[in-house]
Amino acid sequence: MTDTATQPRSYEPGNHPDLPPPLLTSGPLAWVKHNLFGSPLNIALTVISLYLLYLIVPGLLNWAIFDAVINAGSREECKAIAAGACWALPAIRFDQFLYGFYPDHLHWRINLTAVLFFLALLPVLWDNAPFRKQWLIYSCIFPVIAFFLVVGGLGMEEVETTKIGGFALNVIIGVTGIVASLPLGILLALGRRSQMPIVRTLCVMFIEFIRGVPLITLLFVASTMLNYFLPPGTTFDLILRVLIMVTLFSSAYIAEVVRGGLQAIPKGQLEAADAMGLRYWQSMRLIVLPQALKISIPGIVNTFVGLFKDTTLVVIIGLTDVLGVGRASLSDSKWQGLPEEVYVFTAILFFVCCFSMARYSTYLEKKLHTGHKR
Amino acid sequence: MSEVAAAPQMQISDEVAIQMIGMHKWYGEFHVLKDINLTVNRGERIVICGPSGSGKSTMIRCINRLEEHQKGKIIVDNIELTHDVKNIAEIRREVGMVFQHFNLFPHLTVLENCTLAPIWVRKMPKKDAEEVAMEYLERVKIPEQADKYPGQLSGGQQQRVAIARSLCMNPRIMLFDEPTSALDPEMISEVLDVMVSLAESGMTMLCVTHEMGFARKVANRVIFMDGGEIIEENEPEEFFNNPQSARTQLFLSQILHH
Repeated sequence: MTDTATQPRSYEPGNHPDLPPPLLTSGPLAWVKHNLFGSPLNIALTVISLYLLYLIVPGLLNWAIFDAVINAGSREECKAIAAGACWALPAIRFDQFLYGFYPDHLHWRINLTAVLFFLALLPVLWDNAPFRKQWLIYSCIFPVIAFFLVVGGLGMEEVETTKIGGFALNVIIGVTGIVASLPLGILLALGRRSQMPIVRTLCVMFIEFIRGVPLITLLFVASTMLNYFLPPGTTFDLILRVLIMVTLFSSAYIAEVVRGGLQAIPKGQLEAADAMGLRYWQSMRLIVLPQALKISIPGIVNTFVGLFKDTTLVVIIGLTDVLGVGRASLSDSKWQGLPEEVYVFTAILFFVCCFSMARYSTYLEKKLHTGHKR
Repeated sequence: MSEVAAAPQMQISDEVAIQMIGMHKWYGEFHVLKDINLTVNRGERIVICGPSGSGKSTMIRCINRLEEHQKGKIIVDNIELTHDVKNIAEIRREVGMVFQHFNLFPHLTVLENCTLAPIWVRKMPKKDAEEVAMEYLERVKIPEQADKYPGQLSGGQQQRVAIARSLCMNPRIMLFDEPTSALDPEMISEVLDVMVSLAESGMTMLCVTHEMGFARKVANRVIFMDGGEIIEENEPEEFFNNPQSARTQLFLSQILHH
């Protein structure tokens, strides 16, 4: 017995058959056992969570759905029908929430822009789309189409830009900011890591200045002070000024997020690209950025979500975005005292958009994972 | 005896491939390379060895300007390395390099890794580049991995892909910077086999390596470096059997006898 350890041993290869795993190591039941009832602390937390859900969810559902009123002419009528939420206000003012003071008979133009926008977005997000190259050309000219559809001109009735409002305004500012700030942010990030001292210093100064100032301040500058700096007589559309400021603001954040991604790329990658004779922009575009941006996706999307929600700040400089419409409708004497309904409705609008962005980024991360993390 | 060991005795042309004349390099205050003089003829295979920190990697990295030298001259393929970006680009097109840590591009497939430079630097049509790439992948014996990502391959396979990737540019000179140092023992020989067959095809090669078997088999010359200087330079048999300097003797005794 004692000698067995020192005996030379050998095994026939392939004598161990593949056995199924022991019970309860995979499947939904195992998941529940492991994650919800794995330890005494886990059991206690599960029970407490269930109890809290029991306290909150029924009341919420009653308020929002079962006891809610959607057809009514005023708050008094709502209260007379049921005790729950009074969705009649956002329902009656639905158009205003979406379009602000954009002329009623021209709402179709905003709707058409929205449809065209999704068509332009599709080839960007879906890289197996048929005829993707040709389709992307359309995506590139979409901003021009959108501009004329929204503002008018080219034979279409013109609309003052200050009339643009509601959720449409948030989407316009948000989308423009997102689309324009990504390339600008990438350039700033590359500039900050550049070997050229002047480029680097300028980029650092820009990023640090913009990051160090609240967005509201920049919006105030855009709405009031910019007139002092510009030559007298130049009129500069307010929404355009806001778009520029929002873009600059988020590009500074994007730059820092992308710089984080750039720093994670091993030096060897650039050396290999150099040794192969690729030029600076080629190695950036083909080797470094694809990897750096992939790492930066969570941070980039985080910045975009933040930017999109920050578009509600324009209410402070007198533009009527969806929150502005909400506030205005709350001061209507017929509807006074319904802030919950207005803000919940607005919250849902934003949540749908932001959550979609988050889901897409998760999908993108999974798709771009090429198994090199081991 | 030495004639038998150095079996693939390809004819070495009189043409000079690389010439370093009085080359110096500093990292800040630190003098890394001191008065390097080296001439490599076309078709020559040179193995460079020495203790770590001796400057051997830095020296070969100067040849394709991954490192910049501060004094002296480097002439590659009759082009002098200066600050002229055009010269640097031209030299890099003709000089392939294989790194210790492979440096494959993880976001591209094996095939895309191989076709990238031919397509973007040589402006080769994609289809031709793919044909060339498959040829070289077959030569390093992994054509079946072409559509995989580098992260899915073993270390030895990755290094062979890296060699194929360099060869796809059809270089006239190949630099190897410790190509087997990051590999498991079982994988070293598969990479060395590829390098030996490359040497037999007459490629001009500079290899920083401690694989002495490889040096004996294919090298025309072995160079020993220490402290940023070339200490000794000789034919492999002479170098291993009859090292001249005490420093070389010590180094060889340490790597050969344990």
